[in-house]
Amino acid sequence: MTQQPSQDQALQEYLLRLADSALILGQRLCELCGKAPAVEEEMALMNVALDLVGQARNWYDYAAELEGGQRDADALAYRRDAHEFRNLLLVEQPNGDYAVTMARQFFYDAWHYFTLQALVNAPDERVAGIAAKALKEVTYHLRRSSEWMKRLGDGTEESHQRMEVAVESLWRFTGEMLTADAVEQHLATAGLAPDAEQLAADWQGLVNSVLTEATLSLPPADAWMQQGGKTGRHTEHLGFILAEMQFLQRAYPDAKIW
Amino acid sequence: MQKSGNQPRPIPAPLEQPIIASDRVPANVGGEQLTETQLWQLLDEVKDPEVPVVSVVELGIVRSIQWLDNQLQVAVTPTYSGCPATELIEQQIAAALMQAGIRDPQVTRVLNPAWTTDWISDSGREKLRAYGIAPPQGSASKMTLLGHAEQISCPHCGSSHTEQVSEFGSTACKALYRCIDCLEPFDYFKCI
Ligand SMILES: [Zn+2]
Repeated sequence: MTQQPSQDQALQEYLLRLADSALILGQRLCELCGKAPAVEEEMALMNVALDLVGQARNWYDYAAELEGGQRDADALAYRRDAHEFRNLLLVEQPNGDYAVTMARQFFYDAWHYFTLQALVNAPDERVAGIAAKALKEVTYHLRRSSEWMKRLGDGTEESHQRMEVAVESLWRFTGEMLTADAVEQHLATAGLAPDAEQLAADWQGLVNSVLTEATLSLPPADAWMQQGGKTGRHTEHLGFILAEMQFLQRAYPDAKIW
Repeated sequence: MQKSGNQPRPIPAPLEQPIIASDRVPANVGGEQLTETQLWQLLDEVKDPEVPVVSVVELGIVRSIQWLDNQLQVAVTPTYSGCPATELIEQQIAAALMQAGIRDPQVTRVLNPAWTTDWISDSGREKLRAYGIAPPQGSASKMTLLGHAEQISCPHCGSSHTEQVSEFGSTACKALYRCIDCLEPFDYFKCI
């Protein structure tokens, strides 16, 4: 039987979830540097990645303070192992083709947008401040990924087909975004995390309307969902991401001059 | 790899005095006599590293300047969470103040309230346009989630006959546009 976590512990855990998801998706997008289908797309992907890494840093800074200052943002990002990462399974999925990259982005952006919208009203100045800043950026992210869903879904026969496959293959990772565990329920009552039911309804509403406009099929409501990211049970992909992302800091700990 | 016959490097003699940057900061050369107006004018000389025609004051990222017990405190807000120029800007602000004789100024980062393009001054907007970047149009507070892009005027010929090429441009704060009349591509400083 585990003890009820204190509010600070719960918040610290939740901040790591927000930070880890932003960081891992940022890292995934950076893999496309030099490989995007067009130069404008490359700039957009890298700008989105930069926003996400910056947001992750803001959350890590606060998480590190709540923890008591034994570790800083860099230590949280670069010195934890896969089982300590709290990111959503969705964001660690490989880039795949551009339909997969954009469908993953869209599902995440929609969740991110509504999550931040709730956090802007959190009764904690730091959380509300970081969220307000991030929300402005994520509004652009969501706008762009929604447009891509429509362009590819309602595009050529091939792009439509690929987008159908992408939506279907990623759908099973969307469930854990919308279900709150004890940590999130605890925080939601204090206004420090979104209300899960409201979040799920908002997300579903937007996703339905965009998929419909994109002439894509809506996955069944009772589809099986894979969970585990928020508690550190990851797919096999995360280890490979960390191996690349953390190499330098692990090989040269505390190096000050690169 | 060691080559045979290499002479060992001479060991430098120890320094008589350690070189520590803070030791070299000049004492207040009348720094505290600077009025608030003069301090704002001073920071108006610090340019944004990514758009070197506008100053950090014109961009609206310097939020406050105040003395707290003989220490000058400057609050700066980043334009974007991941803006890679944030640290450089903070260093340049501190350097400008130290050059004016202010000892140990404290530059702090504030996120709240979040920066908005509404804070870019009129002179800043004019300088952006002259530099070839279309300044933000309309108010950031009226930004809609899924609305259509607004009409942006070409900074080169003034035509409103333009189209968006990409929602994201060379830096996070810009979008890429093209003028249909003069055919020039240009950056648009987008509302946030
Ligand atoms: Zn023109």
